[in-house]
This record gives sequence, structure tokens and C-alpha cells, in this order.
Amino acid sequence: MALKDSIAWYHFAAPKNFYPLAGKMIPWFWGLTIVLLLVGLYLSFFVAPTDYKQGESYRIIFIHVPAAWMSMLIYLVMATYAIIGLAWKVRLADMMASALAPTGAMFTFLALWTGAFWGKPTWGTYWVWDARLTSELILLFLYIGFISLQSAIDDPRRAAKASSLLAIVGVINLPIIYFSVQWWNTLHQGASVSPTMAPKMATIMLTAMLIMTVAFWMYTIAIVLMRVRRIILERERQTTWVMELLGDETVGEKDGRK
Amino acid sequence: MSEFFAMGGHGFYIWVSYGVTALFMITEVIAVIRGKRTVEKRLARLARTLSRSE
Amino acid sequence: MSDGVLTSGVQGGLFAAWRAMLVRDLTLAMRRRADVLTSLFVFIIVVSLFPLGVSPEMSVLRGIAPGVIWVAALLATMLSLGRMFADDHQDGSLEQMLLLPHPLSMLVLGKVLAHWLVSGLPLVLLSPLLGMQLGMEGEAIGLLMVTLLLGTPVLSLIGATGAALTLGVRGGGVLVSLLVLPLYIPVLIIGTGAVDAGISGMDYEGHLSLLGAFLVIALLTTPLATAAALRISVE
Repeated sequence: MALKDSIAWYHFAAPKNFYPLAGKMIPWFWGLTIVLLLVGLYLSFFVAPTDYKQGESYRIIFIHVPAAWMSMLIYLVMATYAIIGLAWKVRLADMMASALAPTGAMFTFLALWTGAFWGKPTWGTYWVWDARLTSELILLFLYIGFISLQSAIDDPRRAAKASSLLAIVGVINLPIIYFSVQWWNTLHQGASVSPTMAPKMATIMLTAMLIMTVAFWMYTIAIVLMRVRRIILERERQTTWVMELLGDETVGEKDGRK
Repeated sequence: MSEFFAMGGHGFYIWVSYGVTALFMITEVIAVIRGKRTVEKRLARLARTLSRSE
Repeated sequence: MSDGVLTSGVQGGLFAAWRAMLVRDLTLAMRRRADVLTSLFVFIIVVSLFPLGVSPEMSVLRGIAPGVIWVAALLATMLSLGRMFADDHQDGSLEQMLLLPHPLSMLVLGKVLAHWLVSGLPLVLLSPLLGMQLGMEGEAIGLLMVTLLLGTPVLSLIGATGAALTLGVRGGGVLVSLLVLPLYIPVLIIGTGAVDAGISGMDYEGHLSLLGAFLVIALLTTPLATAAALRISVE
């Protein structure tokens, strides 16, 4: 069984075999995303009761917390792929790392944005130098660095390697950054706010938040698979299988037009 | 209905948050689909010129 | 000049190669003093802008002085990072360094030390002057110097990795700031935190040990990352 598994693993680590597999998986993940989003939104708006302290505005946390969680999770996954790509020279892992970065940056931005719009009605300002918000901002800088480095290098192989190394350096620094920011915040006694509503948080709110998190997760997988397919085509353009795949498609297109 | 959208006076904050999130996600999907089509077209053109020159 | 490194690198031991690298980089820096002075003047000018931009009130300036000097130090270090590998990359001596029998990370360490001596140490030595300009007291200035002494080598070490990653890349100079500045944040926080703690009469030994820990971690890890980045860039 183990041997069979590892053969399948090697098989699909080849971009040529992964490309059609990803194509087949994408609709399923979209389906899951839509179902979970509908359920999650229904729970967040119609089932979860109004919070007695914050009123309705707390409903923002149903997207804020999942976005913040995803932003961190995606960076970790990206760094893991970067390590696999650099250590074992798996091309597909490098491609996955590049495909994850834009979505991670997007969720980081959304976490900051929704945090600001949750903060305004809750504590009266859009921005507070709170430890969480500050760390999230630094995370956004790290994502931007990764994406900029990758797009600045023309040779795709070198770009993949250099940005993978940067992701690894970043992930090693992340705990140091996080703890020093935490420490800086307690020192300056800034407004320490926590978007998660402590122990009293009703089960229904937690359920809604978890479902939204899984929905974002499925969304990430779907969009990343779509993006990695584009990256595979770009980076494998000299191979015969890409040539054949696209050559056939163009023939089909021409026939269709006639 | 309008009571639902008012969200007890916090409607603006809630709908801006949800709206921007939705906008970003939808834009990302469109951008990725378009990006892949552009690459496919470019590479297909390349494949055609190559097969013609062969 | 690079011949010296190469011969002693091939014939001598690791230490000889390391020392040759250090001497070579220092000599090169001395030949181009203008480059070195430019980033020093940036340090001075950036600090001098704050009284003009914020307020000439000494009580205000005293409060922000450690942070201002530290941020200016980050910026000045940033400006000098481009020099670290770019010339060697252009004239091909970097490729020869990769071929030496010694671990590349040790040679990198020699280059980083040269960089720090030329662009980090002067910042430390200049900081009392700027501290006085911003109304800092004697003891706080001493503490500021100690934090800079412990912190600026970390900046050079992390900066080397950034410089190696962006070697020969379009717009590398700006890009390196984008990559490296977020990684400088812990040093900035702890460095200014120590001075602030000292000024308000609190215990600052913890901060200094943390800065020391950063230095040790950076010494152990960044040369490896820099060497890996150089191999990727030169390949």
C-alpha cells in the first residue's frame, strides 16, 4: 500500500500528470466553496444572534477571522512547498508556492481591511497599532516581497528558487517578528483588542466562523489549482506535452469557427 | 428588508467589509481565468508557428 | 585584488581565505570612500530632518530620538547593501569564489564583516553626536551605542541575504529594501526598546541579551542563506 501510494505521489508530482488531475479537481472544490459559503453566510446573518455588546457589527468577524487565519495558513503552506521545492528539487512544489502567494496576500489585505471596518464601530478608529493588526501588516509586507522578487527575475527557474529561499527566511523570522511585536505592544500598552469573543462565544457563532474558514480554504485550493495550471503551462512551454495539448486545442478551435 | 440592510446602524461597516471581500474574490477568479486564456492563446500561436515551420 | 583571495584561498587554510576576503573588501571600500561616505551622510541628514519636520522642541525630540536614530540606521544600512556583491558579480570574481574549496558561507561572513566595518561601525560611532543633537542624555547615549553595536551587525547579516537574492535583478536596489526591511523589525523594536527602558529607569539587560541572541542566530543562519542565494543568483 505504502509503495503504491508513493508511486502515485511521484506520478502526480510531474507537472504533466498534475495538470489534468488539477483540471478534474477544480469543479469539485468550487462546488464545496459555494455550498459552504452559502451555509456560512446563512448562519452568520440569519441564525447567529445579535451580540449584546457590539450590536450587529460583530458579524464582520465571520469573514475577518477566517481571512486572518487563511493569511497565516497560506504563508506556512507556501513555505512548506518552498522547502520541498528547494530541498528535493520538485518543480511542481515551486509552482505551488508561486501560485499560493497572490491569494495569501489577498487574504492578508482582506483581514486588515475587514479588521479596520470592524474596529471603527467597535473601538472608534479604523486603525490601532494592536499586536495582531501590526503582525498582519508585516505579513502583508512579506507577501509583497515574495511576489516582487518573483516578478523582478526574468528566468522562471531562478525566480522560483530565489523566492522559495525568501519564503523560508520569512517563515523562520515570522515567530521572532510575532513575539517582538507582541512584546512591543505590551510595553506601549496599546489598545489590545481581540476579535475572537472569549469564552462566552456562542457555539453557533463559532460554527459559522469555522464553516466560513473552511469555505475560504476550499476557495483557496480551487483558485490555486487554477493558477498553478497557468504556471505549469508557462514554465513547461518547451515540452512536447504542452505543445501537443495546445496544438490540438487550436485545431479544435479552428474547426469550431468553420 | 431595509432593516436587514441597516444592520442596526452598522450596515455601512458590514457591507463595505463583505462587499470588498466579495469584490476581491470575484476579481481574482476573473483575473486567473483571463490570465490562463492569454497564456493558452500565446502558447498555441507558438505551437502553430513551430508546427508550420517543421 | 581578487587574485590574492584566490591564491590564498586555494593554498592557505580557511582562515587565510577568510582574512584575505576581509582585507580585499576593506581595501576596495577605501578606494571608493565616496560611496561609504554617502550612506553616512544619509544617516546624518535623515536624523536632522526630524527636528525640522516634527518639532525643534527638545522634550519632543528626546522622546523620539532612539527610534529616529535607529530608523535612520536601518535606511543607511539599506543604501549600502547594493555594494556588497554587485561589483564582484559584475567582474566575475564572485563566480570564482564559488569555485573555491572553502565553504562559501565562511567567505560570505568575511564580506559581511567588511561591510559592517565600513558601514555599520561608523553609524555606531556617529550616533552619540546625533543623540546629543536630539537632546539625549549621557547614559542613554551610551545605551544607544551599545544597542547599535549589537544590532547593526544583524542588519548587515540579514541585508547580505537580501543583497544576494536581488543580485543582478532589475531594480534590485529598491527591491532589497522591500525584502529586508520587514525582517529588520525585531531588531528595531528591541533596540529602541532597550534605550527607552534605560531612559525611563527600567531594567534593560533583557533587551540587550535578546539583541545578543539575535546576533548569534543571525551569525549562525544568515551566512548559509546568503551562500544559497548567491548560488541561485550566479547559476
